[in-house]
Amino acid sequence: MRKCVVTVLGKDTVGIIAKVCSYLAENNINILDISQTIVQGYFDMMMIVDVTNIEKDFGDIVEEMNHLGEDIGVNIRCQREEIFAKMHRL
Amino acid sequence: MINMMEVSETNKMIEHENLDVRTITLGISLMDCIDSDLDTLNKKIYDKITTVAKDLISTGQEIEKEFGIPIVNKRISITPVSLVGASACKTSEDYVEVAKTLDRAAHTVGVNFIGGYSALVSKGMTKSDELLIRSIPQAMAQTERICSSVNVGSTKCGINMDAVRLCGEIVKATAEATADNDSLGCAKLVILCNAPDDNPFMAGAFLGVTEADAIINVGVSGPGVVKKAIEKARGKGFEELCETIKKTAFKITRVGQLVANEASQRMGIPFGIIDLSLAPTPAIGDSIAEILEEIGLERVGAPGTTAALAMLNDQVKKGGVMASSYVGGLSGAFIPVSEDQGMIDAVNAGSLTIEKLEAMTCVCSVGLDMIAIPGKTSAATIAGIIADEMAIGMVNQKTTAARLIPVIGKDVGDTAEFGGLLGYAPIMPVNEFACDAFINREGRMPAPIHSFKN
Repeated sequence: MRKCVVTVLGKDTVGIIAKVCSYLAENNINILDISQTIVQGYFDMMMIVDVTNIEKDFGDIVEEMNHLGEDIGVNIRCQREEIFAKMHRL
Repeated sequence: MINMMEVSETNKMIEHENLDVRTITLGISLMDCIDSDLDTLNKKIYDKITTVAKDLISTGQEIEKEFGIPIVNKRISITPVSLVGASACKTSEDYVEVAKTLDRAAHTVGVNFIGGYSALVSKGMTKSDELLIRSIPQAMAQTERICSSVNVGSTKCGINMDAVRLCGEIVKATAEATADNDSLGCAKLVILCNAPDDNPFMAGAFLGVTEADAIINVGVSGPGVVKKAIEKARGKGFEELCETIKKTAFKITRVGQLVANEASQRMGIPFGIIDLSLAPTPAIGDSIAEILEEIGLERVGAPGTTAALAMLNDQVKKGGVMASSYVGGLSGAFIPVSEDQGMIDAVNAGSLTIEKLEAMTCVCSVGLDMIAIPGKTSAATIAGIIADEMAIGMVNQKTTAARLIPVIGKDVGDTAEFGGLLGYAPIMPVNEFACDAFINREGRMPAPIHSFKN
């Protein structure tokens, strides 16, 4: 399994989760875990997703998610899970 | 499974605290390029570098994108050129041709620096070493992306004072040859004692003869992350302060190790070492000086600076060593003046002097770094400053270096502009009493005694 972390940060608005999840579904990316909060009108979401079955290059997925974020007006990052696992786990 | 707090901590470090991997440096041995014909030598060097390093930039960019971590520099270090060119180069001009070839290769591959236009002369100079050293001013003036270094001393061999004297003259001549750009050539020339074979950081990077044909070395960074972390330990005891620095250094280094492993795997080139150095940049919030001030100094240079730096350096190593499978290079906090806004401010405020910087280099890597001095400073005085710095390295069994920039046409009160990562620097005053009779003595300083430590 190739896991990635998707983080979405920005001003809350209608349909953020819907748009992000639609994009993931279109690209055959399975969601494994979601946590989400809203603090003082700011939307903060983290998803752990499985990108094993993507057909595109992973770098292209990263770029497309950045662009999707720009369209919605939030900041979306998609990073391979290892950077977090290495930093915070022995 | 990774939780939200950990993800946001990492991303905050990257987005707000300047966490990055400072450099992936690909070491390439040029020993198999040696030839007695200069044109053939140049062709072999160009072909080898552009073949081995052809994927360096694209691999770095892929890793940046996939992990979301900036990799600021992708660079190359090579076998010291005085060894590679010994057979083909009969004059200093021949060496300048090699420098131009290296510059062309750097442009083709897309790296911002190639380090290794170097000579290792800690005990004596061959004819080839001397020709290379004498070619440095023109090589620096006629190329853009070449970094040069000369190792003039070591704990085992002592200090080659003939080389120190020559380097004083060469630093001055390099300043004059690049006078139009605030003597920028000197920013790419470093004089070393106990130079490591696997240093990924410029300007002192070269690939030693003890190394493999090609190797990936990675330099981490993160002064901003350390600064932010220890803000939480304000007013607390040393135990908590040290623990905080260690934990932060561990996290920073783990990112470096991950990037190093990925780069090594993707390029099919073995991983060498992680260099644990905290490397500042002129960006706000990416400063070693700010860390020292956060520890409790009003300004860097105040009494307590050397002690605070010694502690910082040691804790960074203790945290970093466990995070990496192989540690090497310089591994210590860098204290360049022009590349650190806090250092620049301290000089301007009258808190930081060359003498205090020299004391600071006793407890951290790497030396008197990126220090602009008056252009009128004599070659003998420059050699004297170099000799002092080399002595600290020799006696303390550590790497030390001097990267001094006598800015031609400028004096105390003026500022030199180098641009980009090299930053800018106020011209610092130099002790004006002469040391000519000392520097003009010929020969070398014997190696220090290795017992009776006091």
